[in-house]
Amino acid sequence: MNRAITLGRRRIVLELRQFFRDRESALFNFMLPMILLVIFGSVFANQEIGFGDITFAQYFLAGMIASGILYTSFQNLAIAIPMERDDSTLKRLAGLPMPKAACFIGKAGMVFVAYVAQVIILLIVGVLFFGINLPSTADRWFTFAWVSVLGLLSCTLLGIAFSVVPRQGKGASAIVAPIVLVLQFTSGVFFVFNDLPTWMQNFASIFPLKWLTQTMRYVFLPDGAEVIEVAGEWQLGLSALVLTAWTIGGLVLALLVFRWAPRGER
Amino acid sequence: MSPAIEVDSLHKAYGDVVAVDEVSFTVEHGECLALLGPNGAGKTTTTEILEGYRKADSGSARVLGVDPAKGDLTWKARLGIVLQADRDLGDLTVRETVSHFADYFPDSRDPDEVIAAVGLTEKAKARNGKLSGGQRRRLDVALGILGRPEVLFLDEPTTGFDPAARRDFWTLIEQLKAEGTTILLTTHYLEEAERLADRVAVIARGRIVACDAPGRIGNRADAQAIVSWREGDIDLTEATSEPTEFVRALAERFAGEIPALQVHRPTLEEIYLSLLKMEEER
Repeated sequence: MNRAITLGRRRIVLELRQFFRDRESALFNFMLPMILLVIFGSVFANQEIGFGDITFAQYFLAGMIASGILYTSFQNLAIAIPMERDDSTLKRLAGLPMPKAACFIGKAGMVFVAYVAQVIILLIVGVLFFGINLPSTADRWFTFAWVSVLGLLSCTLLGIAFSVVPRQGKGASAIVAPIVLVLQFTSGVFFVFNDLPTWMQNFASIFPLKWLTQTMRYVFLPDGAEVIEVAGEWQLGLSALVLTAWTIGGLVLALLVFRWAPRGER
Repeated sequence: MSPAIEVDSLHKAYGDVVAVDEVSFTVEHGECLALLGPNGAGKTTTTEILEGYRKADSGSARVLGVDPAKGDLTWKARLGIVLQADRDLGDLTVRETVSHFADYFPDSRDPDEVIAAVGLTEKAKARNGKLSGGQRRRLDVALGILGRPEVLFLDEPTTGFDPAARRDFWTLIEQLKAEGTTILLTTHYLEEAERLADRVAVIARGRIVACDAPGRIGNRADAQAIVSWREGDIDLTEATSEPTEFVRALAERFAGEIPALQVHRPTLEEIYLSLLKMEEER
């Protein structure tokens, strides 16, 4: 176990190096939320959404931070791992005297560091240009911490499990990106969740992103803003429950389906 | 001491296609065995069963006394694997890669020495993705020998090497052999097998059709030699199993030099191709 942690730590550094040096992955998984925040934040800077003077820019920031979880974990891994399976990265690792856990510690650590860096940049941009107020209570920061961790855990495991779906590394982004986009449209990222048709709200409620965006709104919107939520409250307990269920489900799925060898080799 | 690699009646099929058909061989400690055969003959499948990547359907395999399907990390630390992979790790530099992989092995060689040994010192700061095919292959070899392996698997290690790089590589492998490393080599280059291997096994359609020292395989040592020479304007040849006697008789007929004299013994390549042809006609 010690060895898995020691090697896992070294793998985090290596994974991060590869993550940021690969231009497509750095742009698509890391830079995208900032670009979208600047665009949407600027277009809807003054559009109020029905509670006090909250603008869509503020609403959107919560959605982008939640999306950042999905980008750095699920989207990142569900695209990168099929490519690594295709180009024998995983096969090479499987042949090394390395505890397999080290590989997953490396992936999870990379996801975590990339997300933290992304959030810091999003918050700086949000505060400087879009009048976002950082949470002032310890309670909100605590919620921010647990929802981030649960979100990263569940979506990392789901990304690892989903990596067996694309037939080829090359086509992975064409499968994963639309899924992420559909979840964003239906989960209250690009539109106010309350304005969506009920069936769409119900659909989104199955998946983690809806709960991530809602909890991030609790963290970043002022007191009383829960009146613009569908339930009229923040449902923090339910969020924790749904995300925990996805974490357990993701773990079971990942353990069952994950494969090291390229397709057709066994 | 039991052999370093023992393979007995190994069998592996993918659906209806038999990839490895009752293959048996052994490799002694410190020996180099070359597996020769056309593409799709079963070389890589055999090698990957021994590396622990694939599971055989039946038969037994032992590498350093361990069933590869059950090999633990201690066992893996005693192996060196050079895969047929050339696209991974493209965003890292040569030195970053070699230094990182050194961390996995309990007693690894010095990364810079290994980089120098495969002739990549000048490219140490280059991204792996920017290396030429031959340089990239040398990096793979570097990663394979990094952990001081007792058994080294080389799967077509010199594909894409220029002739000078190939000769440097051979020298490196000969050093490893001198240190007692056991080597299982698959290659398409007969010259490489002849230079490096103590024995070669010719494999076709999943079966081993011949296995012997490079100089003896396929009755090479006893095969007829071709003597050719020129009389007047005519080129003549004679196939004989006693070339020395024949040339002596020839020498008596000519006053001085025998014009254009050649005694040709079959090369490993010719023996190899005739073995494959015999197998196909079977």
